[in-house]
Amino acid sequence: MTSATLSAAERPSLQKRWSLTTLKEQCIRLVLFCCALLSVATTAGIILVLFSETVLFFSQVSVFSFFGDTVWQPQSQDNPRFGIWPLACGTFLVAGIAGLIGMPLGLLSALYLSEYASERSRSYLKPTLEVLAGIPSIVYGYFALVFLTPYVLQPIFENVFGIEVGGFNVLSAGIVVGIMIVPTISSLSEDVLRSVPRGLREAGLALGSTKFDVSVRIVLPAALSGIMAAFLLALSRAVGETMAVTIAAGSQPDLSLNVFRSIETMTAYIVMVSLGEASVGSIEYRSLYVVAMSLFLITLAMNIVARFILRRYRNVYQ
Amino acid sequence: MNETAFSTDSQLAARHRWGRMFEWACAIATWMCLVILAIMLIGVVIKGWPHLNFAFLTHFDSQIEPETAGIKAGLWGSFWLIALTALFSIPVGIGAAVYLEEYAKPNWLTRLIQLNILNLAGVPSVVYGILGVTVFGHMFGLFGDWPREPVWHLPFGDKVLTGALTLSLLILPVVIISTQEALRSIPASLRHSSLALGATQWQTIRYQVLPASLPGILTGIILALSRAVGESAPLIMIGALTYVSSTPGNIGSVSDFFTKPHGIVEAPFDRFTAMPLVIYNWASQPDDIYQSLSAAGIVVLLLVLLLMNTTAVVVRQRFQNWIRW
Repeated sequence: MTSATLSAAERPSLQKRWSLTTLKEQCIRLVLFCCALLSVATTAGIILVLFSETVLFFSQVSVFSFFGDTVWQPQSQDNPRFGIWPLACGTFLVAGIAGLIGMPLGLLSALYLSEYASERSRSYLKPTLEVLAGIPSIVYGYFALVFLTPYVLQPIFENVFGIEVGGFNVLSAGIVVGIMIVPTISSLSEDVLRSVPRGLREAGLALGSTKFDVSVRIVLPAALSGIMAAFLLALSRAVGETMAVTIAAGSQPDLSLNVFRSIETMTAYIVMVSLGEASVGSIEYRSLYVVAMSLFLITLAMNIVARFILRRYRNVYQ
Repeated sequence: MNETAFSTDSQLAARHRWGRMFEWACAIATWMCLVILAIMLIGVVIKGWPHLNFAFLTHFDSQIEPETAGIKAGLWGSFWLIALTALFSIPVGIGAAVYLEEYAKPNWLTRLIQLNILNLAGVPSVVYGILGVTVFGHMFGLFGDWPREPVWHLPFGDKVLTGALTLSLLILPVVIISTQEALRSIPASLRHSSLALGATQWQTIRYQVLPASLPGILTGIILALSRAVGESAPLIMIGALTYVSSTPGNIGSVSDFFTKPHGIVEAPFDRFTAMPLVIYNWASQPDDIYQSLSAAGIVVLLLVLLLMNTTAVVVRQRFQNWIRW
């Protein structure tokens, strides 16, 4: 036996030794770690950039007028006023209409895909629905401006109800954003609905429930929290939606609930200032960062709450 | 037949009627989305039909003669933008995903990074635009003014490089999440057998895990890049132009890559526009001819997206036949 004759010092050690290979391994690990850290740096960058300019903005405009004033006219030379409410109103109006359109459509199609559709029709319906999510938002904006407003909304509301509909209007923007968020709601809700245990459905059917009773009175309540999370995620997408809203709803900051007129959302304001000639460091340019900060905080809050609900929900059934 | 049995029967029939009506409502909701999709696509094709010819791809935008306007500048701008975005986001995205899936220990830092990536995926694209213009465009004003000419100096200004870096940050969370899912689908036995044969951890990843998960990773990357192709808001934020009559680096055809090789180096530092921006510019003009041009531009954009998505599907199916567990 050779190993018996080897002394303790000569015996190959199983302890980790430094060699070129282990050094290389450690270097690779470090590089990969830096890649992962870049995402944290991105968040830090967003917060830093937005926060520093927001502080500078509030050194010139008081916080009270920002939250208290109801007029947004940053371009005005003699009397610039910065009340966030008109922009917030536009954003929530569009998101609200989008929710009214997108939530029922998304939920019903999720129920159809998970409870009613055959495996075969599901296999082509689901990817086709996903196509809706892959279409760029500028296409939806164009559709709202060139087709929806002149060919659908204006004939219906002007001829039937006698309400004047502007070329740019909130309703068309809300409708297309609603269609945009359908895939988000339906695919997330469908995952949630399908993860409801089969036993619950079978128990319901065994007690004499119809398929409708099972879907709506058993599966839906069981999946409710997950569906709420899907709604929240979709609404946060509607709040952050930019190009479709900019094209379809125009840029008229107004504190009104009239859906047939033009309005300006937070995102549309940011795009409009970027297209203009506001010089870096001016108060108008800084207002961009404040609006972006508000937008970031709103969507972040919605996302965090939705993720929290989803995680709670997963714990219930696993 | 007594009274109660009859009423139970009719109640049951009513319940089933309700059920069928609800099923119809669900089916109609699903199909309605698809019908809207179809109307949208058909409408755009009809509207853009007069301009849909080969000249549309090879002509620049024109304000004097909108009849001859084309999307050449946008097409090449988008090409450079996506090529550079892919160059930046693919290595970093895969690297981050490999770290999180293969190396990271489940501690607070890993959880923080993971949560952070999920939240970044929900940040609106305009916010990335603001980040891009401040960090890459102006570089916090540390290096003086915004450059007007295609030159190599800091800050990057409104050039292709700024756009590509901004879009890279935008799609990075999507790339990381999809790559993680692809890596997670590789059975642990593959890693164990490689490690048992004496391979180091990196060798296991490099020669076993990454090749096996390649189809999933590629699909995720192509889908993320196709999101970047359609993105317009961050590009407007960084100051990209909507009306340009030149291509980045003056490369306007495939043969220019060989006849003007210096253009390849100049392109990232050149001014640019992108397809969605050209479409936006046309759509915001009131004249009908511009609406029609815009529709033609949308058709080209959608065809590019279709091409990318088809590639993703083909890649996934081709590679899936190779690998069997």
